[in-house]
Amino acid sequence: MSATETPVNEPRHGRRLFAIWIVLALAADLVIWFVWQPHLPPGDMSDSARHQQFDIAVLAICGAPVVLFVLLYFIYAIVVWRARPGDDGDGAPIYGHTKVQATWIIGTSAIVLFMAVFGTAELVGPAGAGAGEGPSPIWKLAGTQTKSWTPGANDMLQVQVIGQQWTWTYRYPQFGGMESTQLMLPVDTPVTFHVTSLDVIHSFWAYQLGVKADANPEVDNVAYTTAKALGGFIVRCNELCGIWHGAMWNNGQVVSQSSFASWASGVRAKEQSDGVLAALPPYTLTYDPTVVPQLGKNLPTVDGITGAAGYYYGSGDPVTP
Amino acid sequence: VSVPLRAVSLAVAFLIVVGLGLFVAFYYIGSASALTTVHYPGSGGQVNVVLQEDPQNDSASRPDWVSYYVQDPATKQWMHTTLFSVPANTRVNMTIYGYDGCTPLRNNYFSQVQGTIGNTVTLSQFDQHGKEYVTNDTTSVINAWSDCNVGHTFAIPALGVYVPVASPNAQLSANNLCSSSPCTTTGNPYAVETFSFMTPKVGGTFRWQCLVPCGGGYLDGNSGPMQALGYMMGEMDVVSS
Repeated sequence: MSATETPVNEPRHGRRLFAIWIVLALAADLVIWFVWQPHLPPGDMSDSARHQQFDIAVLAICGAPVVLFVLLYFIYAIVVWRARPGDDGDGAPIYGHTKVQATWIIGTSAIVLFMAVFGTAELVGPAGAGAGEGPSPIWKLAGTQTKSWTPGANDMLQVQVIGQQWTWTYRYPQFGGMESTQLMLPVDTPVTFHVTSLDVIHSFWAYQLGVKADANPEVDNVAYTTAKALGGFIVRCNELCGIWHGAMWNNGQVVSQSSFASWASGVRAKEQSDGVLAALPPYTLTYDPTVVPQLGKNLPTVDGITGAAGYYYGSGDPVTP
Repeated sequence: VSVPLRAVSLAVAFLIVVGLGLFVAFYYIGSASALTTVHYPGSGGQVNVVLQEDPQNDSASRPDWVSYYVQDPATKQWMHTTLFSVPANTRVNMTIYGYDGCTPLRNNYFSQVQGTIGNTVTLSQFDQHGKEYVTNDTTSVINAWSDCNVGHTFAIPALGVYVPVASPNAQLSANNLCSSSPCTTTGNPYAVETFSFMTPKVGGTFRWQCLVPCGGGYLDGNSGPMQALGYMMGEMDVVSS
């Protein structure tokens, strides 16, 4: 018998492996799609979160058969081709198999190319998939840009996210530039986040909304989403930003459009009557932390570093409010 | 070299490395835990907490850093710490003496008083001769940008408490600040601010911090005392009964 001939009574390992693999792969993909997918992060609270959940499920469905094939072959080889007691002979010589090699290369290439096309489509389709796109986003979310926001009009809501060590605040330019420590959003409304920072680099991560964008000082980082379900979500900082980075979080809320309008108008009215709105700087997409616009001057510097701690005012400055 | 000798050498080297690691870890843990926690016992559902913020401090290592102090309720001594404990589900009546001069807030939104009972604070200001030139002014906003008003803030973000702490007036701040800590009300200009808030029903540790960029000499006022326990950030332990 030559080395390349299949021994008599030797089972057709290839067919057997393929049969086992196809059953396992099908079962795994069905489990992933019908059982696992609804529980995959980040959930389905917004359109960007839904897309991310869908993307992870598709990637898992593509990857599971490959992983299963490798593991199956590994276990099959150990079980079927192991050396039996008393078998001191050499194993059969190994030769290249063009069909197997071609199948593997073509199959994995097809999967990778599919995932590249799929990933690109899933980035473009949902307008950046909830990620920060920088100050000039390429993929914009559809919606009407307006100076004021009214419920039910499909107006895009503008929300400026401001990070500073170690808290978040949110400005609503369509409500007079009022600011809040609470992130409130209306359901079924396209939202544009303008993410920035007043000091160091932070990262705005509204986990359940599937929104994540770096907050850099003097940079306007734009991200989009549309909340699809009522309820609470958590905002965390996702960039190591100092000793209390881990405590830089707060809670947000998705409410009905009418509730949101009522809340925003109420906050605006209170801040107007308290004088807070007048005390805030004019709304801009970024803020220079070394400039106080109301005072019309820069903070003092010591050896090129911004000073603080009580030596801001000189004797020529006004004494009392 | 024999195998036992090599084994012993390896074990000794291993123990030295582990020992050095433990020393470094305990050195830093030990230095952090050296801060005293001031315990405020409640009475009748209330507790009175007294703090002061100074332009400097009495430490040997960082005497030029701005710093909070906490008053021991039993001895009335000022403790150079920012750790204190209060009972759960209790009204905290806070008094803060502001001796440091003014610095503008980075985000002037925090000029607004939030999370206190009534969302207001009551403040008085005195000059270095003890003359009171602002008396019991109850306000919901101390605008840090309209004039020289705010020295620091006292903020507990997890409880939604954000309080701008008034400074003495501008000229007095610039020329006559307290220069020896802990500061006293005699011979120094200062502000006194009072406000109240409720502690949560469940115990826990809540960080508090200053939101003014008060790290003088550090880039944009970040870092330094802003990021150091015992200076401008601290922890409030809420203790369940």
